[in-house]
Amino acid sequence: MAVAETHPQAVPEPVTKPASTSTLVRVARYTAVRLLTLFVTVVIGIYLTILIANMGGYVDQIMKGEIRDRIQTMFITSPSFQKLSPEARKKLMEESIALEEKRLGLDIPVAVRDARYLTSALSLNLGRALNMTSDSGSKEVRLILLERLPATLLLAGISELFLFFTSVFLALSLSRRYGSFWDKLTITFSPTSSAPPWFYGIFLILIFAAIFRVLPFGGMVDSPPPRNPVDYGLSLLKHLILPALAIIVSQIFLSIYNWRTFFLIYSSEDYVEMAKAKGLPSRDIERRYILRPTLPTIITQFALLAITLWQGFIITETVFLWPGLGRTLYQAIGLYDIPVIVGSTIIYAYLLAVTVFLLDFVYALVDPRVKVGGS
Amino acid sequence: MNTLKNSFREILRYPSAIVGSVVILLLVATAVYATVKIPYKEAIRLWRGGEEVWYRNPKFAPPTWINFFSSTKLPVSFAVDTSNGTMSKTVTPGAQGTGTVAISYSFDFQYDEPPQELFLYFTAKYVQKQPFASVAWLTPDGRKIRIDDFGVSQRQTFPFSQDQRLQQRLNGQDPMQALFTDPKTHAIVKGEYQLQLVGTTFEEGSDINTEFVFHGRLYGLAGTDQARRDLIVPLLWGTPVALAFGLIASLGTLVLTMVIAAIGTWYGGWVDELIQRITEINLVLPFLSILILIGTFYSRSIWVILGVTVLLSIFTGSIKSYRAIFLQVKESMYIEAARAYGASDFRIIFRYLIPRMIPLLIPGLVSSVPAFVFLEASLAVLGLGDPVLPTWGKIINDAETNGALYKGYYYWILEPAALLMVTGFGFAMLGFALDRIFNPRLRDV
Repeated sequence: MAVAETHPQAVPEPVTKPASTSTLVRVARYTAVRLLTLFVTVVIGIYLTILIANMGGYVDQIMKGEIRDRIQTMFITSPSFQKLSPEARKKLMEESIALEEKRLGLDIPVAVRDARYLTSALSLNLGRALNMTSDSGSKEVRLILLERLPATLLLAGISELFLFFTSVFLALSLSRRYGSFWDKLTITFSPTSSAPPWFYGIFLILIFAAIFRVLPFGGMVDSPPPRNPVDYGLSLLKHLILPALAIIVSQIFLSIYNWRTFFLIYSSEDYVEMAKAKGLPSRDIERRYILRPTLPTIITQFALLAITLWQGFIITETVFLWPGLGRTLYQAIGLYDIPVIVGSTIIYAYLLAVTVFLLDFVYALVDPRVKVGGS
Repeated sequence: MNTLKNSFREILRYPSAIVGSVVILLLVATAVYATVKIPYKEAIRLWRGGEEVWYRNPKFAPPTWINFFSSTKLPVSFAVDTSNGTMSKTVTPGAQGTGTVAISYSFDFQYDEPPQELFLYFTAKYVQKQPFASVAWLTPDGRKIRIDDFGVSQRQTFPFSQDQRLQQRLNGQDPMQALFTDPKTHAIVKGEYQLQLVGTTFEEGSDINTEFVFHGRLYGLAGTDQARRDLIVPLLWGTPVALAFGLIASLGTLVLTMVIAAIGTWYGGWVDELIQRITEINLVLPFLSILILIGTFYSRSIWVILGVTVLLSIFTGSIKSYRAIFLQVKESMYIEAARAYGASDFRIIFRYLIPRMIPLLIPGLVSSVPAFVFLEASLAVLGLGDPVLPTWGKIINDAETNGALYKGYYYWILEPAALLMVTGFGFAMLGFALDRIFNPRLRDV
């Protein structure tokens, strides 16, 4: 995560051997400007998220009210405080409230606190959560998020990778024989992708968990978790089937349709017709004349898909009680845990910025027609 | 105009477009029917109403049409009342201001299980002397069971199952079992049952009215939820809410995106630059998280959520693709001509640039509706639905929180889900077809 303390001049040049000084200057200038604008974008984006996450101080009122309520209840119900005189008890109570507010930083003005959140977020110092704890008992935001990352990577990673490669592969073969039965079937079913994964999830739970009772309703492993690693893996797999299937079913047809249409546009280019007329084998045509020019788009889609994995699937994870990042984010919002929300957002923002930045260079590498920083 | 007419003719050649249009028309008709049949205020009263509105319905009752698909027939709920004439009542005046009120109701019972509960709700008119009522139960096999005798106060409820004396008289058996089964074989007795009620009044002008409520195991066309509410109300009213949310969000987003893209491209320079930067910042913002934040902390009103949705959906990738097209259009001859005759910037943007894009807009408009309809449902499933309005997503949320899937109340989730699916697929099918019609590049492929 070196990007955090980026200075425009500190970035290594991607071009190892400059063709000419003008290319070097152009690339350097482009890199500097691009990094600066991306950094400013991230700063503004994160600041807006922080502002929304505490509603310009409105959430403070909620939190203060809750603290007062909780501590008052504690003083009223706990017998150990009953021995104190009313004045002493009241004083102690006010002190406890002030202490708790100080712990959560509520004694500092909102603007100052927001600025602190921003600077520590930008330097990837994610800090401590207000109310949440990780399963291992830590309050470090970093640990809370890292603990949930494998669950999200498992569910979202497997289903999205499967989706991506299956649809690109199937789309290529469909684009070769458009108008066929399978092609028409894909077109007919593509409206099914208008429904989100959780929607199919409910149906899948209904059929496989509630009626046939063959797969679990939700969760990630059986309870108690099996000791034996093989049983653990099998249990994990059993719990993974329904949510992964929900994500795949909800997107597969539209994904195939979009890729198919995209490939078709490229396969009706003149040079492809020419290659066909020359009698080149269709495998070669596909690889050299269709996949090659579409490679930048495929890479972009893949990169963007990879970073969306970070946020997980908030609702699908909630419906399936899957302990991933999406559900954590939803829980954090319910607990007013701003550091966790900001922590999750900043990592996404950085991943996005770095990806967008690197993609420009990847295009230049893949496609000789593209020049970095060229107009 | 001619192109639009041709496009319309073209639509008829796509079966999916016809199906989609029919679905949308049916939905619009349902929405109109719902708003006319149940006015807004009445819908809110029913949806927010508690026991006082819904005491006649059983809880968690599946719809009555379940019986068509099941071999065990479950009893269907009903309620009859003497004050509106659905239950017969004859008053015979006696001596010295006394009177006899005879109330009876017979019904055909052809089901395989006893009902959940029976109730008698009394309203009596008197000044000093309470009227008296004795209730009896006639079974199809000719037995007559004395239910109870009691004085009737001005408002009184008599739940059959909770009456101690009745239970003792039935040898400790559950009254619902005892009243509907044969005492020896314990099998359900089918046929015509009769409820007989003889009331005696002791004053001039004293009267008894009663309502007989039969909580069966099924109710109505759509069933009921945990608060005894008839699900037909939120199912019907969810239609206009979903359509309004989907269409307004989709139209608002598309029109605003297009206008902003047109202004940016036309003026160029820093305006264009600013729009580009805002778009990039918006990409960083977590869309769903922000909606959840706003729903949790600020307001769950559907209109606030709608506004934020539109605001966050304007500056997305689509503004870039519009910009690319506007950049081409900007260089066309007819724009040059408009500039030459001295048209203002405003006139060029709204009379020449934007109308050019309308054909492109229509497919996008239709196909983005499902996303917004499902977005509203998604938020409701997370428990962030509008607190006042009945929506489909809220039914699913209620069902989920009450464990409908675990307890087997499948109708509760399937009904709103089916409507959501029909709406989503209807718009998506039409949108797909329109896309192929209006974007000729895709037509052949």
